[in-house]
Amino acid sequence: MIEARQQILASVRRALGRDRTPGDPSVIAQHIAAHGRGPQPRRSQGDHAALVERFIGMASEASATVESVASDAAVPAAVSDFLGRENLPARLVASPALRPLSWDERPLLDIRFGPPEDKDLVALTPSLAGIAETGTLMLVSGADTPSTLAFLPAVHVALLRKRDIVGAYEDGWERMRAAAAEGKPPRSVNFITGPSRTADIEQRLLLGAHGPRRLHIILIDG
Amino acid sequence: MRVALFVTCLVDFYRPSIGFAAIRLLEKHGCVVEVPPLQVCCGQPAYNAGDRADAKKIAAQVIAAFDGYEHVVVPSGSCGGMISQHYPDLFADEPAMAQRAQHLAKRTHELVSFLTDILHVERVDAEWPGTATYHDGCSGLRELGIKEQPRNLLRSVRGLELVEMRDTETCCGFGGTFCVKYPAISDHMVGDKVQAAAATGAELLLAGDLGCLLNIAGKMKRQGLPIEVRHVAEVLAGMTAEPAIGEPG
Amino acid sequence: MHATAHDFPANAKKALGDARLQGTLGVIEGNRQRRAATIARLPEWDQLREAAKAIKTHTLKNLDLYLERYEAAVTAAGGSVHWARTSAEANAIVTAICRAAGARRIAKGKSMIGEEMGLNEHLVAAGLEPIETDLGEYIIQLRGEPPSHIVMPALHLSAADIADTFRSHHRDLDPSRPLEADQALLDEARSKLRQAFLSAEVGITGANFLIAESGSSLIVTNEGNGDLSQSLPRVHIVLASLEKLVPTFEDAAVILRLLARSATAQEFTSYCTISTGPRRATDSAGPEQYHVVLLDNGRSAMLGTPFEDMLRCIRCAACLNHCPVYNAVGGHAYGWVYPGPMGAVLTPSLVGIEEAGHLPNASSFCGRCEEVCPMKIPLPKMMRHWRERQFSHGLGSPTPRWGVRLWAFFATRPRLYRLAAAAAAWALGRLGAKQGGFRRLPLAGGWTGTRDMPAPQGRSFHALYAERRR
Repeated sequence: MIEARQQILASVRRALGRDRTPGDPSVIAQHIAAHGRGPQPRRSQGDHAALVERFIGMASEASATVESVASDAAVPAAVSDFLGRENLPARLVASPALRPLSWDERPLLDIRFGPPEDKDLVALTPSLAGIAETGTLMLVSGADTPSTLAFLPAVHVALLRKRDIVGAYEDGWERMRAAAAEGKPPRSVNFITGPSRTADIEQRLLLGAHGPRRLHIILIDG
Repeated sequence: MRVALFVTCLVDFYRPSIGFAAIRLLEKHGCVVEVPPLQVCCGQPAYNAGDRADAKKIAAQVIAAFDGYEHVVVPSGSCGGMISQHYPDLFADEPAMAQRAQHLAKRTHELVSFLTDILHVERVDAEWPGTATYHDGCSGLRELGIKEQPRNLLRSVRGLELVEMRDTETCCGFGGTFCVKYPAISDHMVGDKVQAAAATGAELLLAGDLGCLLNIAGKMKRQGLPIEVRHVAEVLAGMTAEPAIGEPG
Repeated sequence: MHATAHDFPANAKKALGDARLQGTLGVIEGNRQRRAATIARLPEWDQLREAAKAIKTHTLKNLDLYLERYEAAVTAAGGSVHWARTSAEANAIVTAICRAAGARRIAKGKSMIGEEMGLNEHLVAAGLEPIETDLGEYIIQLRGEPPSHIVMPALHLSAADIADTFRSHHRDLDPSRPLEADQALLDEARSKLRQAFLSAEVGITGANFLIAESGSSLIVTNEGNGDLSQSLPRVHIVLASLEKLVPTFEDAAVILRLLARSATAQEFTSYCTISTGPRRATDSAGPEQYHVVLLDNGRSAMLGTPFEDMLRCIRCAACLNHCPVYNAVGGHAYGWVYPGPMGAVLTPSLVGIEEAGHLPNASSFCGRCEEVCPMKIPLPKMMRHWRERQFSHGLGSPTPRWGVRLWAFFATRPRLYRLAAAAAAWALGRLGAKQGGFRRLPLAGGWTGTRDMPAPQGRSFHALYAERRR
């Protein structure tokens, strides 16, 4: 395999006219370090209130549902009420990161913290950020945030703080970089826009392919 | 204004009346038209067949024949596109010729867009009572940006009502030798174009390229559709006495 | 995948006469309209195209450096990069990884590189069980068919075809169950494939991008199958060709703004997942092993040639969707993995111009592909390059050499041409005057088989002009 590697790189260098003189690594180092952004769409700009409104509009357009609550304290009730409204059993699996919320206010809610199993119908996760330009959630994997929660169960309820809504994808990535050790990404970063879908049957849109068929976003003020 | 007419091989062979319509239009709007004799073809058939050597020979002839004219006018989007967009590329490896090609490219215009964009003609003095629909030839549209110009002039033709067909920008299937290399696919494409035209109820179909028009007219005739097919220059010049394309003489 | 591109004319003819295929191809128009509407909502579309082209050009110009940087980053993140010159090498690598992991069942996300490699046949021959999890790919896997479109692999099938397929393959289910509704089909596929995700030991995905800075792979899906395939099984294998590389996430973001809009008219795909290495020590989910198979298979040979621009392609399929030839014959007629205009340019580079010679010739050069391409790839120009190669090497071009050279002979001799043209115009004009055209013309059977040939007016322009001037 080392031979394959040498040959491929040699072939690339030859094609670039560089078999005699090697390329200059500082060229690519500079480009990378600059983290230069391309044209930023106008819709990814604006004051925070505008971005929040845009996030809600775009997420709804992508068939997610969105509700607002005043604070963390309101979350257990909101989750419980959501399950009731949707006629779903009062049972869910959640990211361990959400353990500190006041779940004892809703003792009838059967909540387990950890990665999902096949039988789990509803999952609850936090989000690192919300991207206004397309109403997209940004989730990161971690010790307390198994990534499979957002994919395996049929219903995904995602918590997002209003203050974590940003305009552009790059803004979200910057936040991840700032929070991560040595700016290195976690094992998995998921950008999620609405529930899962397919148009493989005669180009007709159907929601709920393999990922969740329902995405409900709870926006938290404050 | 002195202009030279690049007739095109199809107009020369098939339908000279288009050439004369072009001359009338240009003269009516203040031009003196000359037709350099040593012209045959723009070289596109050779170019698109991958025969670069012959394409260059033919192009060199065109460049020489049209030397010294401030404006060269072509009643075809496809030949106009060949000269103005592809000649410089043809001679990319020969700097001296490339410069001459570049010079000719800048001076060459398709007929209708020359009238509207250079001569600033806004209306023509012509009459054609009835409904017409316009097919956008691919080269004219995508290489030369010809879209609104023929429509603007057609709207000034007395009695003429312009209706748009669906998929007006979709290729008619001529494509030079494409129509004889892959005739079944070409036929499918022209069949769709003819259906689109028929669905408008128009009595007349127009375009700026004789290649497209021969293809579309041939299909219409085979299907027995009574739609007249003409080059847009014929209508704009008020020269529609001649039988339409494919009509008995 | 075995190529039948040399049979294009016969394949195309069959496709044109296939009423069911023609019906299914009709859905593409809706995609074109929705795409135009979505793009109209993004005023920065053209600027983004320019920026995307510049990013890819920069990356390709420094591809060796970015490849090395990428490899180092993958390794630092705990993953492994495996280099493969050919599909055969890549297949062997994937099989070895699966065997070493004691794997039997493999969950596959959609990967055109996997199709190029003919990976599934290879895995099956090695006694492994690959299961396609993208709904369209799953359906054609059951049917034993190749994809007919690079984004919508089952485009050529109707809902009834899909129902038939499920009935004949999902034998454990009640044969009288209703499968008329789309939802019923989806529910059935979902429950079958869920088992694949949960039981597979290996997940294989493609990559829309490889990010050099962090050693990450990025996939976009709508179904979530790629994400499940790469997070539930113990081993994750990424299949990617060299040119998938971009330097940073910011660079990927530019192109991402083009991809979904161009491919499916969506603002963004439901999922965009960036994976970096295997699970961390503290993660409670994720694969234990992360492997990237980096495939060359002709890409490095395209660098520094007139075909280099093709390496910018992001596989959005806009060119297919807007091509009148693709819309007439569908994807199978092209006879290999990549159909439509991008296939016409790329396929000869990968399987040889002798095999794929028809593809760059079966174009009227209408130019709509280049017009819609988000990466500004000059597709007709590269098809013409292939024709030049064929012409100069006498490689069985459909246009007879003698015809072209004969025309050129006359075209460069105006006086001789005048005589010949005047005579021919006169003869044909007289013969055709009564009808206005010909229903049959020798040597022009391709045309007159289905169209009349209009008759010339009978005198050439130059003859008439000379007369009128006297």
